Amino acid sequence: MIETDIIIVGAGPCGLFTVFEAGLLKLRCHLIDALPQAGGQLTEIYPKKPIYDIPGFPEVLAGDLIDHLMKQAEPFKPGFTLGERCESFEKTDDGKFIVKTSRGTLHKAPVVAIAGGLGCFEPRKPPIGNIGQFEDKGIEYIVRDPNFYKGKRVIISGGGDSALDWSIFLANGVATEVTLIHRSKSFRGHPDSVQKVLDMSASGRIKLLTDAEVVGLNGSDNLESIEVDVQGEGKQTLATDHWLPLFGLSPKLGPLADWGLNIDKNSIEVNTFDYSTNVPGIYAIGDINTYPGKLKLILCGFHEATLMVQSAFKRIYPDKNYVLKYTTVNGVTGF
Amino acid sequence: MENIIHITVVDREGKEHVLEAPTDMNMNMMELCKSYELPVEGTCGGMAMCASCHMYILSDHALPDRNDDEEAMLDQAFFVKSNSRLGCQLHLANEMNGLKVQLAEVSG
Repeated sequence: MIETDIIIVGAGPCGLFTVFEAGLLKLRCHLIDALPQAGGQLTEIYPKKPIYDIPGFPEVLAGDLIDHLMKQAEPFKPGFTLGERCESFEKTDDGKFIVKTSRGTLHKAPVVAIAGGLGCFEPRKPPIGNIGQFEDKGIEYIVRDPNFYKGKRVIISGGGDSALDWSIFLANGVATEVTLIHRSKSFRGHPDSVQKVLDMSASGRIKLLTDAEVVGLNGSDNLESIEVDVQGEGKQTLATDHWLPLFGLSPKLGPLADWGLNIDKNSIEVNTFDYSTNVPGIYAIGDINTYPGKLKLILCGFHEATLMVQSAFKRIYPDKNYVLKYTTVNGVTGF
Repeated sequence: MENIIHITVVDREGKEHVLEAPTDMNMNMMELCKSYELPVEGTCGGMAMCASCHMYILSDHALPDRNDDEEAMLDQAFFVKSNSRLGCQLHLANEMNGLKVQLAEVSG
């Protein structure tokens, strides 16, 4: 069990700055993030994009901003649990929280700060009414173990790299039959992969259906066939053992939606006095929260983090009088 | 008034909203819809990553072509038509006066 003062859910810019502000008050932090590295979307999605609205930085690359925030947090020796998604929390008798991750790692603290940004990235699911009925019964959004498809008939949808790469891989002696369905004629994946798929289609190893979209799913218990609408040709039914819709990832609140927090439009409602949620001891800061006048800006998240840790301090040490510290007077003393 | 145009947005219930839009504020269609509290989430903050601002262009305005990011996102989104655009990639300009768009259906 990892014990700390503040569990920070999300290691993006807002979570990292929380470590610094908490550290000034001698509070220790531990960050949990589903991604394998710190930085959130800044390092995962746009590390090379410049940001122009960080006070004092006329221009800073997203990746560099994270490097600076890591350096700023370093004196306060934050802990990290990376590559694990926060799944659930429970309250203990002594008023603390135990947060459990997808790999079962347990974290205990009197305060939880959710700085989850856009949330977790989850597979984008095609809007077909009965799709839920066949999930893990013939429909998988992620290829976990390619051998699972040995000797099976597989249909893949999508036009990006993962759809192309898995079509090539599974058609090379794994699945008995691979069909790739894409809604246009052009593919957005790597040109080499596109060429390979076209070659394998010409040689008959991959069946390619373009200008086509899966519109229906059939089966009793498991998926048995899919219906495809092919432009200009109409609908056809294809028998299959598996359908892999590979349409990339989209941000979702994920398991946090079930934490009993007040949610409005995919965001957590907070009190702007201290960014507390409806569950005492749990705060939400940065892009993941909402309140009247909310702006989803990194700089607003920094402000929210700063006010939040003051409230966290009072919760942890109700009898201590907190004195605001100016770093210009005393500098920064780490742990 | 100079630098003010009007844009019609048809919401998902078919209701038309005529929006007054400034063209000198460096705003895009996603931000404009959000500022009028129309049901456009803009989850990713305008990075062409989520398609929550997916809309159809109903009028015949000549708009700048889709860039690579927008093409890539629309390739993965659902309910995509030939007149699909991402609002976050449409920067308000005087030439867009009278533009009419419809919000696309949202899905997972």
